[in-house]
Amino acid sequence: MIKDITLGQYFPGNSPIHRLDPRSKLVLVFALLIIIFLCQNFFSLALITVFSVVCVLLSRIPFKTMMKGLKTIVFVILLTSILQIFYNHEGTILWQWHKIQITTGGVSMAIFITVRIICLIFVSSLLTYTTSPTLLTDGIERLLKPLKKIHIEPHTLAMMMTIALRFIPTLIEEVDHIMAAQKARGADLESGNLIKRAKALIPILIPLFVNSFRRAYDLAYAMECRCYRGGDGRTRMRIMKLSGVDFAAYAVCALLLAGVIVLNICFEAVI
Amino acid sequence: MNKEIMIQIQNVTYAYEGDEEGSKLSPVLQNLSLDIYRGEFLAILGHNGSGKSTLTRLCNAMAQPDSGKVYVDGMDTADEKLEYDIREKVGVVMQNPDNQIVATIVEEDVAFGPENLGVEPSEIRRRVDSALRRVGMYEYRNHEPHKLSGGQKQRVAIAGVLAMQTECIILDEPTAMLDPQGRREVMQTIHELNREMGITVVLITHFMEEAVQADRVAVMDEGQILLLGPPREVFAHRQVLLDSGLDIPQSAKLADRLQQLGICLPGDILTPDDFVSSFRAYREGKR
Repeated sequence: MIKDITLGQYFPGNSPIHRLDPRSKLVLVFALLIIIFLCQNFFSLALITVFSVVCVLLSRIPFKTMMKGLKTIVFVILLTSILQIFYNHEGTILWQWHKIQITTGGVSMAIFITVRIICLIFVSSLLTYTTSPTLLTDGIERLLKPLKKIHIEPHTLAMMMTIALRFIPTLIEEVDHIMAAQKARGADLESGNLIKRAKALIPILIPLFVNSFRRAYDLAYAMECRCYRGGDGRTRMRIMKLSGVDFAAYAVCALLLAGVIVLNICFEAVI
Repeated sequence: MNKEIMIQIQNVTYAYEGDEEGSKLSPVLQNLSLDIYRGEFLAILGHNGSGKSTLTRLCNAMAQPDSGKVYVDGMDTADEKLEYDIREKVGVVMQNPDNQIVATIVEEDVAFGPENLGVEPSEIRRRVDSALRRVGMYEYRNHEPHKLSGGQKQRVAIAGVLAMQTECIILDEPTAMLDPQGRREVMQTIHELNREMGITVVLITHFMEEAVQADRVAVMDEGQILLLGPPREVFAHRQVLLDSGLDIPQSAKLADRLQQLGICLPGDILTPDDFVSSFRAYREGKR
């Protein structure tokens, strides 16, 4: 069962969003996050919301999955909206009890912020849902290439990410084995208070570390055997080329930015 | 078979460094000489610590001998400038399939070698596809390595070496961690590469049954070559093998046992097939 885990949260597919160049996706998601923060009233927010929903529909990622992504931050959303409701005293008073009051301004602010957070989550999770980890690291490596000028090696970073991703399932499997082996020797991993259980983890962590070092040594040897010598002079099998979909996406996002700015100017700001 | 030399090992002595600065442990290889011919299938047998794996490191310039010389296709492994040219010629497949796969996708991993060599992208694509077809893993090209079986992982590792277009593959106990099914898959693949592509294969193994199928067998003990020759000659020296902590093929063992009981099977028996035909002949003779 543990062997079936998928890395990241990637959902394979062939939608226009999937087909976007990973570099474009990284840049566009970053741009979209900024655009979402630029929204100042409900009209521009509505535009962004419609756009985010259309993107989700285009990607053919089931809405259920998207909602699951929201679950983890429900607490954050609730907390911020409640704070907004009680601390914003603009507009007419809807309800009052001693010094605590709820106003129309507070309620609309709470709704505004909730919708904005949901949009942020939708857009950013679309990136990981539609891009495989390999492509993502590849895209990051190529995007960060200019960093080479200030002596930061994007290749090394990307290689580290790749190897980490590659070994996560292997190490999970290993933890399983070690746990079974220690249990067979009578280790008690489940009972006792927190400190006791934390202590019980030591006999699992030590073999895991020792084995990881051996693996690292083996892997380094295997990489050297296959002529690895860093990023210099290395070519890549995958050619990344911007296609029509990418340019279309850039155009749409530019229009979106323009739309948000126009709506911000035409209507009164809420925030 | 032509007798062109692929790897030439001349009077090599090698010792690992000790814990203290400059100190050496007792030598792992002692004045060892061995010629590996182009296109041959050589099996190397030896118990743990007999220096088999060290020999691998010397053959692909991962280590240099303390004395003596190793030449790969005429290139001296002591020459640091030739290091990568040598590793391009001699590929290595290790025992643990998990520790030699670098990428998160099968085809990316196969591409790792040629990418390091700076090969053109279109050419890498071609090599990766053909290498994966060779080992029968083409349908799995987009899979994640951790979801494959041991035998499949090992075949991916072999494809990774093939994609570098090496002329020689050294396999260091490639089947030791596999189940019988995986072992069969890997052995079949190795034999195909040797027969059909003329790739020189050096197979380091513990399994007598695998060694029997080789063109030549070298038996190592205490850092030296104890026996060298075709399987039939080598396995005729049963006592030498047993003394150096090795086994003899199961079929041969069974034939020996029968002989002790007074049933003398004719001929040299190394493989199960040998045994069957010999036993048939024996029964015919009885009638």
